Amino acid sequence: MATEQLELPAERRVPGTPGTRRRGHRARRREAVAGWLFTAPAIVALIVFLVVPIIMAAWVSISDWSGIGGPFSSGVHSVGAANYAALLTRPGLAQQQLGLSIRDNLYYVLFVVPLQTVLALLLAIVVSRKALRGRGFFRTAFYFPSVTSSVAVSMIFLFLFADSGVINGALGYLGVHGPNWFSDPNGLLQMIAHGLGIGAPSALTHHGLLGVPWSQWLAGPSVAMCTLIVLAIWTTSGTFMLLFLPALYNISEQIEEAAIVDGAGPWTRFRRITLPLIRPALFLVLTLGLIGTWQVFDQVFLITQGNPVNTTLTPAYLAYQTSFGNAQWGQGAAIAFILFGIIVVFTVVQRLILRERGSLTKALGQSARFRHARGDGGWPQ
Amino acid sequence: MSRAAVSWAAGRRMAGRRNPWMRAGLYFTLLVFAFLYIYPFLLELGTAFKTETGAVNSAVNPIPHNWVVTGFSTLNEFSNGYFPLWALNSVVVAVFVTAGRVLFDSMAGYALARLRFRGRGGVFAAIIAVMAVPGVVLLIPKFLVIRTLGIYDNYGGLIIPLLADAAGVFIMKQFFESIPPSIEEAAHIDGAGTFRTFWSVVLPMARPALIALTILSFQGSWNDFADILITHQSESLDTLTTGVGRLVSGALGAATQYPLRMAAAVIMTVPVAVIFFVFQKYIMRTGEGAVKE
Repeated sequence: MATEQLELPAERRVPGTPGTRRRGHRARRREAVAGWLFTAPAIVALIVFLVVPIIMAAWVSISDWSGIGGPFSSGVHSVGAANYAALLTRPGLAQQQLGLSIRDNLYYVLFVVPLQTVLALLLAIVVSRKALRGRGFFRTAFYFPSVTSSVAVSMIFLFLFADSGVINGALGYLGVHGPNWFSDPNGLLQMIAHGLGIGAPSALTHHGLLGVPWSQWLAGPSVAMCTLIVLAIWTTSGTFMLLFLPALYNISEQIEEAAIVDGAGPWTRFRRITLPLIRPALFLVLTLGLIGTWQVFDQVFLITQGNPVNTTLTPAYLAYQTSFGNAQWGQGAAIAFILFGIIVVFTVVQRLILRERGSLTKALGQSARFRHARGDGGWPQ
Repeated sequence: MSRAAVSWAAGRRMAGRRNPWMRAGLYFTLLVFAFLYIYPFLLELGTAFKTETGAVNSAVNPIPHNWVVTGFSTLNEFSNGYFPLWALNSVVVAVFVTAGRVLFDSMAGYALARLRFRGRGGVFAAIIAVMAVPGVVLLIPKFLVIRTLGIYDNYGGLIIPLLADAAGVFIMKQFFESIPPSIEEAAHIDGAGTFRTFWSVVLPMARPALIALTILSFQGSWNDFADILITHQSESLDTLTTGVGRLVSGALGAATQYPLRMAAAVIMTVPVAVIFFVFQKYIMRTGEGAVKE
C-alpha cells in the first residue's frame, strides 16, 4: 500500500508526453491510487483492530503479563507454554475449569444446533407456502427476537424462568412443580439415569479428562443450562429461517408439481426434492450454528455467570473472567486461542462429514449479510 | 404467473381443501408458535407498567392490573442517575459507527469490485481471513490494542474499534458487482474523477444496499454488548446494553425488580423495533438474498 502511494510523486516527475498511450498508463496509475485510497480506511481499521490484536494476544498467551504496564514492557517475560500447560496438561483448578467449560459448552452445542436447525427449517417450509394466509405476519413474528439485544432478551428470560415466574406458573397450572431454573445444577442425563435407577459406576467417577470425571462429562446439560439452550433456540431459529427461505423459494414449482402428479407424498417430496435442493443453505446454517454456539458469552455473563456449580461455564466466559476478573491475562488469552482451536476443529470436521464442495469464500459471502443482521459482524449466538 | 405455477397453486389449494382438518391443524400449530415468539415481548411491555407486587403476583398475564410508570421513573435512581447518559451514549455510538461503516464499507467495497489495482486480490483474501476469526476470541486481543493506543475508557475506544467491519465490505463488494458498470464508464469518459464518480454516480445507484447496510449497522452497534464491555471501565461511558447489563449481573442481580428491568428492556428494544418495522422489507430482502444460488 505504502509503495504504491510513494511511487506517485516519481510518476508525476516524468515529463508528461500527451500521447494516448501515456494517458492510458496514467489513468491506470490513478485508478490504482484511488483503489488503495478507497480501501485504506477499512484496511487500517482491520489491521489495527483485528490483525495486530491477534499478534499481541499470541504474545500475552505465552507471557506472565499481569495487566500492569504494557504487555511489551521490560518487566514482562515469556513463560513458554506454561499457560497452555496449566490449562491442558497440569492437573489443577485452571485445567478443571477449562474442562468444565468445554463440557458445558459442548452440551449447549449438541442441543442448540440440531434443534434450532430443525425448527428453523420447519418454520421456513411452512412460511414459504404460497397458499398460507398471513405469511408476512408469521415471518415477522418468528424473526423479531433476532433483532432484539441480547441484554433485553436475557432480562426477559430471567423473568420468564424466575422461581415464581411465568414458566413455573404455567407448569403449576399443569400440576407440575417447576424447578429453580437458574440454581439447579443437576444434569439432564444424570437425572434420567437416576430416575431409571442407574448410578454412576466407580470407574466413571475415578477417571476423567481435563480434571473432570467421566461421570460429570456424561451428566448432560444442567437445568440452568437448559434455560440458555431454550433462549438460544428461541432467538436464532427466526434468523436461520430467513436463510432457508430463498433456497425454498428457488425450488422449481414444476418439479414439485411433477412429484405430486407422480403421487409422491409430502414426506417423500421433502426427502427427495426439498432436502437435496436446500443442501447449501442447510450447510451454511449448520456451520454458522456451530461457530455461533461455541461463542456463547453475553447470556452467560448476564444470566448465570457460569453458576450453578460451573454448569453454565463456557470457554468464552472463562477467558473473559480469567483475564478481566482475575487479571491472569496470559491464561485468559491462552483460553481464547484454545477456543479458537476448538471452533476450527469442529468446523473442519463438520465440513468433512458433510463433504460440501463449496469454497470457503462462497460460504462466507453467503453468511456476510446475515452475520451483519445479527450485530457487530460477529457470529450469531 | 406461468401456467405451471397456476396449476401448482391450484394443486396446493386442492390439497388443502382435501383435508380441512390438516389445514386447521397447521394454522393452529403456527399460531401456537407465533404466540410463543410474541408473548415474551408482550410480557416485557406489560410488566414494565406493573407494580412490583403486580409483576410477581400475576406474572403470566401481560396486562397490568394497575398501570404505573414506576418501572421507568425509578430507572434513573437505580442507575445512580446514569440512565439518560447511557441512552445518549447508545445513540452516539450507533450513529457514529453506522456513519463510519457505511462510508468506509461502501468505499472499500467499490474499490474491490471495480477499481483495478495491484494487491486487490490480496486485500480481498485478507478480508475473508479476518471474517473467519470468531468475534468472542478477539475480546482480550482488542482490549490490549485499545489500551496500547490510549483510547481505553474514552469515546474513541467505544467507536473506533467497531468501525472495523469486514462483513460490511463484503456485502458492498457483492452489491457493486451486481450492478452494470456502464453508467460509471460513461461518467469516466465525461471526465469525472474516480471519487467524483463514486460520490455522485455510484452511491445514488447503491441506495437499496446503503439503506440495508445502515439499518444493519445501526442494529448491530445499538445491540452490541461484549465488544463495548471491554472498552471502558467508567460508568459514564456505558451504553444501554453494558450499563443495564452490569446492573443485571451485579447490584440488581439478586433482587427481583421486574418492572424496572422490563422498563429498561423496553427502552432498549423500542428503537430497533421501530426501525425493524419501518424498514422490514430491506432487512428481510438482505437476509433472503444471502443464499441465492
